[in-house]
Amino acid sequence: MQDFGAAFAEAFALIAGLDAELMAIIGLSLRVTFSAVLIACAIGLPLGALLAVGRFPGRAALVVLVSALMGLPPVVVGLAVYLLLSSAGPLGVLQLLYTPTAMIIAQAILVTPIVAALTRQVIEDLHGEYDELLRSLGTSRLGTVATLLWDARYSLLTAALAGLGRALAEVGAVMIVGGNINHVTRVMTTAIALETSKGELALALGLGIILVCLSILINAGLMGLRRTAERMAYA
Amino acid sequence: MLVKALRFAIPVLAAASLMQGSALAADDFIIVQSTTSTQNSGLYDHLLPKFQEKSGIEVRVVAVGTGQAIKNAQNCDGDVLLVHAKVSEQKFVSEGYGVSRADVMYNDFVIVGPAADPASVAGGKDVTAALAKIKQTSAAFASRGDDSGTHKKELALWKAAGVDPSGDSGGWYRETGSGMGATLNTAVGMGAYAMTDRATWIAFANKGDHKIAVEGDERMFNQYGVILVNPEICDNVKADLGQQFIDWILSDDGQSAIADYTRDGQQLFFPNARMS
Repeated sequence: MQDFGAAFAEAFALIAGLDAELMAIIGLSLRVTFSAVLIACAIGLPLGALLAVGRFPGRAALVVLVSALMGLPPVVVGLAVYLLLSSAGPLGVLQLLYTPTAMIIAQAILVTPIVAALTRQVIEDLHGEYDELLRSLGTSRLGTVATLLWDARYSLLTAALAGLGRALAEVGAVMIVGGNINHVTRVMTTAIALETSKGELALALGLGIILVCLSILINAGLMGLRRTAERMAYA
Repeated sequence: MLVKALRFAIPVLAAASLMQGSALAADDFIIVQSTTSTQNSGLYDHLLPKFQEKSGIEVRVVAVGTGQAIKNAQNCDGDVLLVHAKVSEQKFVSEGYGVSRADVMYNDFVIVGPAADPASVAGGKDVTAALAKIKQTSAAFASRGDDSGTHKKELALWKAAGVDPSGDSGGWYRETGSGMGATLNTAVGMGAYAMTDRATWIAFANKGDHKIAVEGDERMFNQYGVILVNPEICDNVKADLGQQFIDWILSDDGQSAIADYTRDGQQLFFPNARMS
């Protein structure tokens, strides 16, 4: 059990020391994660809403597919993105392998189905309530999607947070496409994997504690923001 | 509607601006495909700042198993290869993927095992005799099982011992399919023997009650080599910068920097630069 005590001590020492290297790693983690989630939201929110509102052949199959892709194994996504971005691959000319951009691409692929599938559920429920009203107003399909997305914005925050959680915790994909290069593509999760492989278990666990704290802070911050916004909207 | 369109556009633009950051990185860098042993032992943290100070070139190390490192280099995803599996390295060069190969440094492999020593091999020097005893007693042995340089070496030693462990896979022979550190964590966790390079073992922080059981057999010699990836096959290779790194690591400066690196007062790698 001494590892847990040592881990908390390590975590505290790292934070208290404002270790520059650790700050850079946390910064990159946040940059990659938030970029990936923003891209995933830009694609996943409208896609999920269209799946909820749209009526077209193959819709049911698409709904199943998007749901199933929530379980994409990160290692498989990492491998696929590696093969695409490798110099020997079709997108090799872009020279993106082993850069943060490659990590953002891989995580965006992982997070988009999560955002889309959760959005579809939220919007479908809301659509049931609003359908008659919107139809009586003669709102277009696109207008309906936009209205529903806007009105569901607070519930959709949960979809974004679920995606954020996935991206922040993920190690398999970013390890392969980022390469865990010191000062370039090393993020919290790959640093934890590295310290574990060095047998520095207390340090690895300490980094893990910091990552969990970070996740709590982000969630608390966004939910606080949401509450403030709700209060202002309905005041 | 415009306002709503903007709401979608803003995150996209924000994401795009966040992604810009990577484009700002310096262009004077090379990617070295290398092994976990050199990274985990801390050698690169010791060497690379010295080289960067001298040359201004940043070295980005991707540390994976030798098998994966060679594969990545064949895909042109690196400028220099620094690994430890001489036969595979020579094949890499003879197939045209590499320009030429040079010896850089060496250390040795050791067999580590639990203090209880269930196979009674501790203190021995003859590695094949020890492996044969491990097989006889069915004592647990954790293998990398990942086509790395260490794994290839281990398989060659089993062969020399006249033992085919593959039939016992899942029994006493346990293939972890992961890196050296992860395999050592597993071995310590289940009281198994394991073969590791000495540098990783000395630097490894989770030794538990494991100790070096077998060492000193000349068949456990572990040679590291360096190769420039062939720019004629991979036109993205920064041949000039990569060659500067190779020249430096083979120079007196680079070689003495390797010899200088110690952990707990022990030297981890022994320089022996030589073109091969």
